[in-house]
Amino acid sequence: MTQPRFSRRQVVKGAAGALAGLGLAQFIAACGLPGTKDTGWEAGFDWSDWWKRQRRHDELNIASWPLYIDTENGKHPSLQKFAKQTGIDVKYSPVIQDNAAFFSQISPVLQNGQSIGYDVIVMSNGWQLTQLMQNRWLIPLDHSRLPNFKKYAGTVATDLGYDPHLTYCAVWQAGATAIAYDERQVDGPVDSLEILFDPKYKGKVGMLSDPDELGTVGLLALGIEPETSTYADWKKSAALLTKQRDQGIVRQYYDNGYIKALQDGDLAVTQAYSGDIFQANHSGYPHLKFVIPREGGVLWRDNSVIPYHAANPVDALEWINFYYDPEIQAIIEDWVNYISPVPAAKPIIANQLEDPVVADSPLIFPSEEELARLKEYPMTETLETHEKWVGLFDPIIQS
Amino acid sequence: MKSRITPYLQSAPAMLWLGLFFIVPLVAIVSISLMTGNPIDGYTLTWNFSIFPDVLDQYSPQLGRSFLYGGISTLLALVAMYPVAYWIAFHGGRRKSLFLFLLLLPFLVSFIIRILTWQFILSDEGILLGTLKSIGILGDDAHILSTPTAVITGLTYDALPWMALPIYVALEKIDRDLVEAAGDLYASGYQQFRRVILPLSAPGVYAGILLVGITNVGDYLSAQILGGPSTTMIGNIIQTQYVQNGDYPVASALSMMLMLALLVCVFVYARVFGTRTIQEYS
Amino acid sequence: MAGRRTPSDSARPVRSRPWTRFVLPSYVFAVMAYTLVPIAVMIVYTFNKAPNQRLTFAWHGFTTEWYSKLFQVQDLTQALWHSLEVAVISSIIATALGTPAALALARRKFRGRGAIDLVVVTNLTAPTVVVGASLLGFFIALSIPRGILTILIAHVAFNVAIVIIVVQARVSGLDESLEEAAADLGAPPWVAFWKVTMPLILPGIFSAFLLSFALSIDDYIITSFVAGQTLTFPLWVAGAVKVGIPPQVFVMGTLIFVSGVLIALASLVFQRWGDHGDTVRT
Repeated sequence: MTQPRFSRRQVVKGAAGALAGLGLAQFIAACGLPGTKDTGWEAGFDWSDWWKRQRRHDELNIASWPLYIDTENGKHPSLQKFAKQTGIDVKYSPVIQDNAAFFSQISPVLQNGQSIGYDVIVMSNGWQLTQLMQNRWLIPLDHSRLPNFKKYAGTVATDLGYDPHLTYCAVWQAGATAIAYDERQVDGPVDSLEILFDPKYKGKVGMLSDPDELGTVGLLALGIEPETSTYADWKKSAALLTKQRDQGIVRQYYDNGYIKALQDGDLAVTQAYSGDIFQANHSGYPHLKFVIPREGGVLWRDNSVIPYHAANPVDALEWINFYYDPEIQAIIEDWVNYISPVPAAKPIIANQLEDPVVADSPLIFPSEEELARLKEYPMTETLETHEKWVGLFDPIIQS
Repeated sequence: MKSRITPYLQSAPAMLWLGLFFIVPLVAIVSISLMTGNPIDGYTLTWNFSIFPDVLDQYSPQLGRSFLYGGISTLLALVAMYPVAYWIAFHGGRRKSLFLFLLLLPFLVSFIIRILTWQFILSDEGILLGTLKSIGILGDDAHILSTPTAVITGLTYDALPWMALPIYVALEKIDRDLVEAAGDLYASGYQQFRRVILPLSAPGVYAGILLVGITNVGDYLSAQILGGPSTTMIGNIIQTQYVQNGDYPVASALSMMLMLALLVCVFVYARVFGTRTIQEYS
Repeated sequence: MAGRRTPSDSARPVRSRPWTRFVLPSYVFAVMAYTLVPIAVMIVYTFNKAPNQRLTFAWHGFTTEWYSKLFQVQDLTQALWHSLEVAVISSIIATALGTPAALALARRKFRGRGAIDLVVVTNLTAPTVVVGASLLGFFIALSIPRGILTILIAHVAFNVAIVIIVVQARVSGLDESLEEAAADLGAPPWVAFWKVTMPLILPGIFSAFLLSFALSIDDYIITSFVAGQTLTFPLWVAGAVKVGIPPQVFVMGTLIFVSGVLIALASLVFQRWGDHGDTVRT
């Protein structure tokens, strides 16, 4: 029954094989793996001249997130209207499920100077979008062809800390990250971030697993302005969050799964996205409340951007212009239920679409005062600062 | 008659495919783990061997945890499924294939659906806990999700068929005459089992343990969906490093360590128990 | 191996006592019921109304609408289609590559055999995270764009080993003397193979194909690394979980379950037919 596991001959063969394989791998890896430096368009390129020479091709490829556009019986009315009005043949691919994952897939393609196959992609503001901008992998927008944007875009779309001159980004939808709580498990109106750190709810508190979200809520809880925060501030935030974790208060760090846990009653209070709570309220969970606390929350945006080497840039601009029309925005917003970049859509939803639930909701059209309490993530503009940021918060999330 | 070269020709296409798309990438991981760099400037091969102790140091908790959860879930699956495999093989009668098939049936459904339903079943006030709480067996604060228990439950559940199959095959091959002979020699039912059936089923048990153990140690989905902050397994770290952080050298180094650790276990195991190749009992 | 009676020939059961008559069977059926729990939950919720078209575990009322609106979510349908395509094609290729290799391994001892065994075992036991990550690194290093092609390559790679194992198990149970007898009667080796051996191992090949198909369609970890932007059914569902999966996902799961039942039943019939070939010789 016991045979020697490997005869000497087999070991020699194994070694020879391994060496050969190693040799081949070395050959492949000899050049190492290339970096992203200088793989985008050249600095100083004359974009306005370039845009003048572009023409419509009547084709458009959009990549976006799942369930992020109006859908009825498997079709998208806004896209259908667009196709009808412009004659452009639209292909809509909801393939983006995570910014980092999507970026890791398109990055090697863009690095090689090739088209990723999409003319418009929707990216949240964050490190990946920053990299896209810094690597010059995005085509600057030609605002002269976006009259609707000029006319109708609200501050949600024009007040971008990460793209102050609106060079690349046309906001698709925005969202607020704040607190959601279960009325049945939590007493009284909640108005402060302190509840997330309250030992009374030990084991029933949810936090987000995105380092940007997690780190920022720590800053806010300490009363620090994220946009001007320093590394020393970040460390304080990390200390606070580590303490919260060590006390056993946090049940889990969720990406989007918190909503299910909240619905199931596993959580009493959690960091949450406005759109999720709105939809939960209308699918059988009216006892879940969303609140932007007095310390503040975060306003993030999902931005339509045009990747470099896109095949149909003019058609992309047509689409962006199209969805900034309040009537179209109303149709989209009525379904997506996140924060709209077009305030003028509100009366249309209330009157023409007769949907006061959506029109009157502060989760979709927040008041000026609420908007004022929403901040942005700290911008990490270099790889070093980004790694510092992530290095502080990753160990809290994953250990 | 068949020429000497036939076996080589027959196995060549499969080996070429595996060689190119399995062996080479594995070996390439070795080389990537020895690189240094970053996404912007690129990576170059610097023979950075120090990455291994660094990575081992930083992630030893997760590595240890993976072996712990993997080990426990394997043991549970073994204990749960051996009797089932035994019963089907020896007492299934004519319909034993049917029973086996019924056992494997639920695993036809995409496991992602199964995990989602487990998430629902194990929720704090759900079907399972809610009932237990209202009866009073569990306190109001009890929860399973986000604990190691939930992760191990998920791992064990998915392992059940993979454990049952090799054991069943091994049991099925046992010559009934041997068992009967033992009986004729005045061995009791228990002795027949312990001295004839159990040892002869050993290779199947070993195959099952290996298959399940290896799969579970490297898993990351159970931990991701059913687990909590302190249940992160090494698979989760590898996935994060690759996809979220793009830190290829670290991710590759971790992959290598995991693979080596598992291979060491397999060889030690095989050497100690001296079994035949897995092939024969799959 | 010749001369040993196959266990399934023995109609004599092991002596049955209360332990084996009542306790064990109850346990077995309890285990089977346990494995079916998530499936039952899934099926129940396919009949739940869902405002917002997202699956919710709060009960809203009975409806069968999701069965009629099965293909409404285009991207889900497309993801399912991708999964099916890849599963079928990769299983065919894997079977085509693996069967000759299995024949070579089972039939005769030759010099490269140990190395091939090692490669196959390593492939089976390599953690999926490592396999996926290494393939991703490989494709990146060679600038191969990730999509359906790379998914296909990866699936064939892990299926080939499965096919080799399953077919080898089947072939090694066969008596070569049948084929030699045909040769003695004047049949050229090729004909002897096709007309005698092939029909006997066909059930094994079919089982290998089915197993590959099932593994491919359910694969998540490896696919998640190499799929690029293409989505397969498990990938789509895992991604949609974040925003809320449409009820169609569960309906598809239910239908897959049901069709799996039918396909496996067919395999059962095939198996019976194949077993006859074994008992021809004694």
